[in-house]
Amino acid sequence: MITFVKRPEPSKVWTIATPILAVVLTMILGGLLFAAMGKDPVAAIRTIFWDPLFNEQFAAYSRPQLLVKAGPLILIAIGLSLGFKAGIWNIGAEGQYIIGAITGASVGLALYPLDAWWIFPLMVIAGALGGFLWAMIPALLKTKFNTNEILVSLMLVYVAEQILASAALGFLRNPEGNGFPGSRNLSQIPAMSNPELITGTGAHWGVVAAFASVVAAYVLINKHMLGFQIRLTGESPRAARFAGVKDKLLVVFCLGAAGALAGLAGLFEVTGPAGQISIDFGAGYGFTAIIVAFLGRLNPIGILLAGLLLALTFIGGELAQFMLGLPSAAIQVFQGMLLMILLAMDILVNYRVMLVKKEAS
Amino acid sequence: MDFGGINPVILLASLMVASTPILLAALGEMVTEKSGVLNLGVEGMMIFGAVCGFIAAVETGSPTLGFVAAALGGMALSMLFAVLTQIFLTTQVPAGLALTLMGLGLASLLGQNYVGIKPPSLPDLHVPLLQDIPILGPILFQHDAVVYLSLLSVVAIWAFLKFTRAGLVLRAVGENHAAAHALGYKVKLVRFAAIGFGGAMAGLGGAYISLVRVPQWTDGITAGIGWIALAIVVFASWRAGRVLIGAYLFGGITVLQLNLQAAGAKVPVELLSMSPFLATILVLVVISARRHGASNAPAMLGRIFHSS
Repeated sequence: MITFVKRPEPSKVWTIATPILAVVLTMILGGLLFAAMGKDPVAAIRTIFWDPLFNEQFAAYSRPQLLVKAGPLILIAIGLSLGFKAGIWNIGAEGQYIIGAITGASVGLALYPLDAWWIFPLMVIAGALGGFLWAMIPALLKTKFNTNEILVSLMLVYVAEQILASAALGFLRNPEGNGFPGSRNLSQIPAMSNPELITGTGAHWGVVAAFASVVAAYVLINKHMLGFQIRLTGESPRAARFAGVKDKLLVVFCLGAAGALAGLAGLFEVTGPAGQISIDFGAGYGFTAIIVAFLGRLNPIGILLAGLLLALTFIGGELAQFMLGLPSAAIQVFQGMLLMILLAMDILVNYRVMLVKKEAS
Repeated sequence: MDFGGINPVILLASLMVASTPILLAALGEMVTEKSGVLNLGVEGMMIFGAVCGFIAAVETGSPTLGFVAAALGGMALSMLFAVLTQIFLTTQVPAGLALTLMGLGLASLLGQNYVGIKPPSLPDLHVPLLQDIPILGPILFQHDAVVYLSLLSVVAIWAFLKFTRAGLVLRAVGENHAAAHALGYKVKLVRFAAIGFGGAMAGLGGAYISLVRVPQWTDGITAGIGWIALAIVVFASWRAGRVLIGAYLFGGITVLQLNLQAAGAKVPVELLSMSPFLATILVLVVISARRHGASNAPAMLGRIFHSS
């Protein structure tokens, strides 16, 4: 029979190999799912993973989209990974993303029609601060009252969605919008827009911030005392307490950093690709980022790659919807499947699989 | 009797309807957690049950078969979580999140051709004699069978955990899996069963939303109720009776805010819509602030069991 024997420490080889294996396995199982829906599995997988990058007809449009979609995913996932490493489960990044967009946009629109160079930087700060403060709610409740941060951060997503609706229909509604819901189009106001920096790449300030966050997180985790404390807390909370780690401060830091980064992602999105505060602004980046963080093994460089891959499934999914009539929900299932398979494969990282003869016990 | 356009008898009667899905899902999750397993996938199992129940009811014309299909669907989905956490020894928090993402995706995929269809309705089961009691009759005794089933299951689960041998084993596994294992109990088997039961109950709760409460299929129909159910288990300190109180409290808030919206109260609609979630947070804070250190949570909650 097969038994699992715990490894003294996680296998380095499997840590890198399992995400790749999981992607391959998801492609196979996903292909079967698409076949069951009456679509050609090979064509579907090719449309999702190959055509957005290399198809002559579509690549010119979809290649820049890769960075547009990966930017917020990476930015949010980097923040989440810090907490996940320490066993702090912030699953409300979607809410922090929405609130960041609202606070950032509010500051900008309050100054409209002023035109000055400092407006956009001010909005960036306001966005990060908004996300940070929204994440402080679960953080402070956790540290003061030991309230479960998983449930609180998640509940706040629903609250944020209602605030978003109220912003789009009420306090941020475009006064010149003929009564339609939605704010002014920020991407068309020069002082507030977050334009494509290099034509044809899709790179805007959010993408720059995403790359910067990858570098910063890498340094933090590997070279800084705080990063060591985060890792230690995740591996052994008791040992961490003996080593003098201030666990409450760590909760505040991990949730705060995740909130600020998610808020930034929201601000860059609303001033760039989305353009305005609208009811359907929350597009689920905050939830997909959870998959990105795990697929990237909570490692900054891994998250960078995972963010690009998940962005590809979004773009490829849209393309498959358009070309093959594949419903958008199929991509959601595909992403969920990826996370499940990846989690299942974790056993190879932490345990050694052994074949032993069944003993007479 | 009328208070600002809200009839209290209808309000209380609809409170029971609104609370039933939360109650069913929370009871199931409570049993799962009692075995030491934290399944955060309630929302996913609920919505999957909602779509399975809806499709089965529409295709067969029988709401009863719909509920059966919902329970089976919820249970089937929960088995994915059971395999991940019990066989592949995955950490339970991300596995539960994955289950929710998966359930939401699958439900939206399966339900896309059923938008805008009206399901067969579940007949009300008027309790003879009792239903004629003024005021109390319409509030308590003119509901459908599932409402009564949910109330019965509160008692059944309480009795099961308190008085039966199987219930004792389940609690033992949740309190100390190593000791239970040493005594020869099959820890993983017990947990598989508890997870499956939780899935079936969540599925029933979901179907109650899509078949009775709304009744229609739309994407994201459960709208966070699964998460509220999770919070109610914490609120209830893992006690069946208190789960009932918690579920009815939140059902009450939901119904009241909907009625206030309909009555055109001078409170922003968004504030009313977010009120159940704000109340949940408030309750969680009060509960966690009140108890110092020792909670009533099963000691093994969320821990991985691996016998070597």
